[in-house]
Amino acid sequence: MIVSKRIVLHFPRRLVDRPIVYRLVKDYNLEFSILKAFITPAEEGLMVLEVRGEQKEYDKGVKYLTNSGLRIQSLSQDVTRNEERCTHCGACVAICPTSAFEVDPLTRQVKFREEKCLACGICIKACPPRAMELHF
Amino acid sequence: MAKTIAEINEKIRQGKAVVVTAEEIIEIAKEKGIAKAAQEVDVVTTGTFGPMCSSGAYFNIGHSKPRIKLGGGRVYLNDVPAYAGLAAVDIFIGVTAIPDDDPRNRLHPGEFNYGGGHVIEELVAGKDIRLVATTYGTDCYPRKKLETWININDLNEAVLFNIRNAYQNYNVAVNPSDKTIYTYMGVLKPNLCNANYCSAGQLSPLLNDPYYKSIGIGTKIFLGGGVGFVAWQGTQHNPTAPRSENGVPRRGAGTLAVIGDLKQMNPRWLVGTSMLGYGCNLTVGIGVPIPILSEEILRYTTASDAEIFAPIVDYSEAYPQMKPDILGEVSYAQLKSGKITVQGKEVPTASLSSYSRALEIATILKEWILSEKFLLTEPVAPLPGVESGITFKPLNERPIEERNPSP
Repeated sequence: MIVSKRIVLHFPRRLVDRPIVYRLVKDYNLEFSILKAFITPAEEGLMVLEVRGEQKEYDKGVKYLTNSGLRIQSLSQDVTRNEERCTHCGACVAICPTSAFEVDPLTRQVKFREEKCLACGICIKACPPRAMELHF
Repeated sequence: MAKTIAEINEKIRQGKAVVVTAEEIIEIAKEKGIAKAAQEVDVVTTGTFGPMCSSGAYFNIGHSKPRIKLGGGRVYLNDVPAYAGLAAVDIFIGVTAIPDDDPRNRLHPGEFNYGGGHVIEELVAGKDIRLVATTYGTDCYPRKKLETWININDLNEAVLFNIRNAYQNYNVAVNPSDKTIYTYMGVLKPNLCNANYCSAGQLSPLLNDPYYKSIGIGTKIFLGGGVGFVAWQGTQHNPTAPRSENGVPRRGAGTLAVIGDLKQMNPRWLVGTSMLGYGCNLTVGIGVPIPILSEEILRYTTASDAEIFAPIVDYSEAYPQMKPDILGEVSYAQLKSGKITVQGKEVPTASLSSYSRALEIATILKEWILSEKFLLTEPVAPLPGVESGITFKPLNERPIEERNPSP
């Protein structure tokens, strides 16, 4: 079975300069797109990947990453909406590059579809009541 | 069939009034016809919930011992400057005010995370607010410094007073330039990649009473979750804007100045907001009841999103440069479909005004009236209409020439 998952990789300082992601292709035949990558001032690396491949190989690949010392999170948990603050105005809808926000045509409420979110963060500051929160 | 407000109030008291929202009336009128609907329906409730910059609140904080004269001094609420050019302990805070040390747009786009609108929201939520003031001493007001927590429950008066709210129609903002712009209409991506609008359309108060036949000075309204009143026409009130055949303005037109007791309001309906790269604001909830005094008044309330048109304005060039050109007109039905066409390009739309919350306001107001908690008021004076000839003028800028010093 082919799976496609979005994951966040946290590289500890000692692994920042090692070619780890490359092995996903070479050893596990996984495709990936880099959605976001940066190194923090403390020299920890963070990379957001979309990974696609056979479920079995994906599981092995993730095991390899974990064994190498990386911390892995699934992406959907990383951008959240504070439901108390959201006013359902819709300012987020057209600026989201992956259309993760949808207006329900009946209720006119804004739905946040976490599975479509890439955690790019564009919505965070563009939200007037600051209802979108980024957690890594 | 003409009814009076007194007759409608009598029906409300007897629990016999028929009250519907400005959304419901559209279907009712289609089904029953205007004449029958006007006979049966007594009140149509409207609502809007959007960012409204010309809002603020004034307070009387009570006298300290010894006394201090804040008037003529400087006052800060949670570091946000308040206006103190009034009597000793009266202050006013505007929603766009920001702390002196806010980085503003020095690193563009600035975030504007906390300003006057947020102070008002926190105050209404019952949170303590830090007041810091410095001023000069006088014989009768000797004190020069004050640092204290204040709470809405301890203030003598806390009054929301918004000098321009509830705009009758508004621009649709787009950006045809090649770089992202940060505006009060939100983030606008380059090359017409999004279009932002800001009106509740068919639910919006003044779009349901386009000629101000029932809404006037003294009209009792839902304001910020409490009860308020229309105090005056709002600033920039422009009744002579171009109108469609149904009377509905096709541009920003009428506005309302509103006032109400902040102590009864609720932070759900007064939300401090931040516009990236632009500034701080307050998103305000307003609902206005429209008494169905005649068939004509009812007919106006039946205007649907498909019959209300807004201008598309280029916020990268035409708006900042005060050019009158527009890129076309679209209906709110088109805007709400999620896509409009601008210069042959399909552009996704987004709203800054919450329609779902506007509907909630219209529904709450309807419930207040049905439960006899809210009676209608007769306006004490009308808002200036088309016949007033009032137009919204640009500034006539007159350079100040240096005068020669007298010999």
